[in-house]
Amino acid sequence: MLEFIYQLISQYLLLPLTTMFVPVDYHSDAMIVLQTIVKILAILVPVLVTVAYFTYAERKVIGFIQGRIGPNRVGFFGFSLWGLGQPIADAVKLMVKEIVIPSGSNRSLYVIAPILSLAPSVAAWAVIPFDDTKVLADINAGLLYVLALTSLAVYGVIIAGWASNSKYAFLGAMRSAAQIVSYEIAMGFALVGVLVAAGSLNLGDIVDSQTGSIIHWFWLPLFPLFVIYFISGVAETNRAPFDVAEGESEIVAGFHIEYGGMAFSVFFMAEYANMILIAVLSALLFCGGWLSPLQGIVPDSVFSIPVIGQLLGEGIHWLLIKTSFFMFLFLWFRATFPRYRYDQIMRLGWKIFIPITIVWLVVVSAMVVTNVPPWFS
Amino acid sequence: MTAIKNYVQSLFLWELLKGLQLTGRYLFKRKITVQYPEEKTPQSHRFRGLHALRRYPNGEERCIACKLCEAVCPAVAITIESEQRDDGSRRTTKYDIDLTKCIFCGFCEESCPVDSIVETRIFEYHGENRDDLLMTKERLLEVGDAHEKQIAEDRSKDAFYR
Repeated sequence: MLEFIYQLISQYLLLPLTTMFVPVDYHSDAMIVLQTIVKILAILVPVLVTVAYFTYAERKVIGFIQGRIGPNRVGFFGFSLWGLGQPIADAVKLMVKEIVIPSGSNRSLYVIAPILSLAPSVAAWAVIPFDDTKVLADINAGLLYVLALTSLAVYGVIIAGWASNSKYAFLGAMRSAAQIVSYEIAMGFALVGVLVAAGSLNLGDIVDSQTGSIIHWFWLPLFPLFVIYFISGVAETNRAPFDVAEGESEIVAGFHIEYGGMAFSVFFMAEYANMILIAVLSALLFCGGWLSPLQGIVPDSVFSIPVIGQLLGEGIHWLLIKTSFFMFLFLWFRATFPRYRYDQIMRLGWKIFIPITIVWLVVVSAMVVTNVPPWFS
Repeated sequence: MTAIKNYVQSLFLWELLKGLQLTGRYLFKRKITVQYPEEKTPQSHRFRGLHALRRYPNGEERCIACKLCEAVCPAVAITIESEQRDDGSRRTTKYDIDLTKCIFCGFCEESCPVDSIVETRIFEYHGENRDDLLMTKERLLEVGDAHEKQIAEDRSKDAFYR
């Protein structure tokens, strides 16, 4: 289906474009550039739409958990449709608002900060494989690239807090910096565990090495690392219960207190894009990505049945389902847990997560060296 | 022993999982939101909303300008002027309630010896300027005339306790 649409676009849109505007010698180069742009759009547009509707899902889920029904008024063309128009109304409202730049701020840094926080979380999608063939950049250091880019997001937060020239923003930025740096280590160790178990840094190869059945996926042999990775991910994205960087009750909104309108909404999008990224990475690294959980349980002949076999077999839909589950976990956590105190966050990161990851790294290495079945034989 | 138990429980996030279980159950519980313009919560017959002045069944206004309500009003929202009418009875020439001052305590209604000034169940009114929120005698009587049936019913329900 997706391949078909892609073929159509390259055949009937890109090919005429290149033949019309590009000299013959550069046809193949121009074609590659255009095809890459189409692929980027095919990833970016769904991600940004998901970001918009993730905010809607958040309000809905938290509302439901609190016995409310959440937004249900704004719809399309006079139909309320359970409030599905809400994110679009919010986006339009934020876009038409004025962006006030504080007079005491550092103008250029103030403007750059939101871009710096959104860009890495979007750029990281380049190496995310959606299928064993569908990946924008099939690079061998994919895991390293993802780790590097998710760490970069902290610069946006720090620069925003610093450039705003406001006490609260500065406090929020400092808290956020300390928190992200602490959890980066635990997260990195968890990823090293995956790397040891899979024997590859390529995200596609990591998923492939989990092939087998649901117990072959890395969540089982790497269970502590899986839990720590996800919790660190929650802390990295400054989400509840680790949202001291925002801390509505004590420092009002933290680092983005001086931002309004579109500048604020870019921070907002960055936060949600990061959450989706962590969710999709958890699905890929620990829960078999696009692999089907029925693999190894039902006989393989089932997967060759025309339509049902394709739905039950491996495919992008399993990745989406797993990602949605992890995204839901973010919301569930926010609706359940009160905010950690600052020293508790630091204690959890340094004195609990890092020791556990180091111990489990040794265990995983031992398992790999001794070829423990069923994962490493 | 309890120390070990506590340690194991905190290591496996036992209490956090219990919290998640609780909120997870609430996710599927019945939602109790009242969708206001379409749905409304039940009102007490003692509801204290917009004021009204009542009349006797023969059309004569009840208010005798005793000014007890004006005296009791803690927010000083009521202004009354009166004069003697040709038939010798004392009536108001001016009866203003400033809704921007009123705190809807219901003292005026309680103090009224002839059940003239009452508070109705109406709460969905608005004013676009200050004048809209100054209830004159005419407007108060209008409200009373329009809702007399409901007002009388509510008073009779409460009569036993008064």
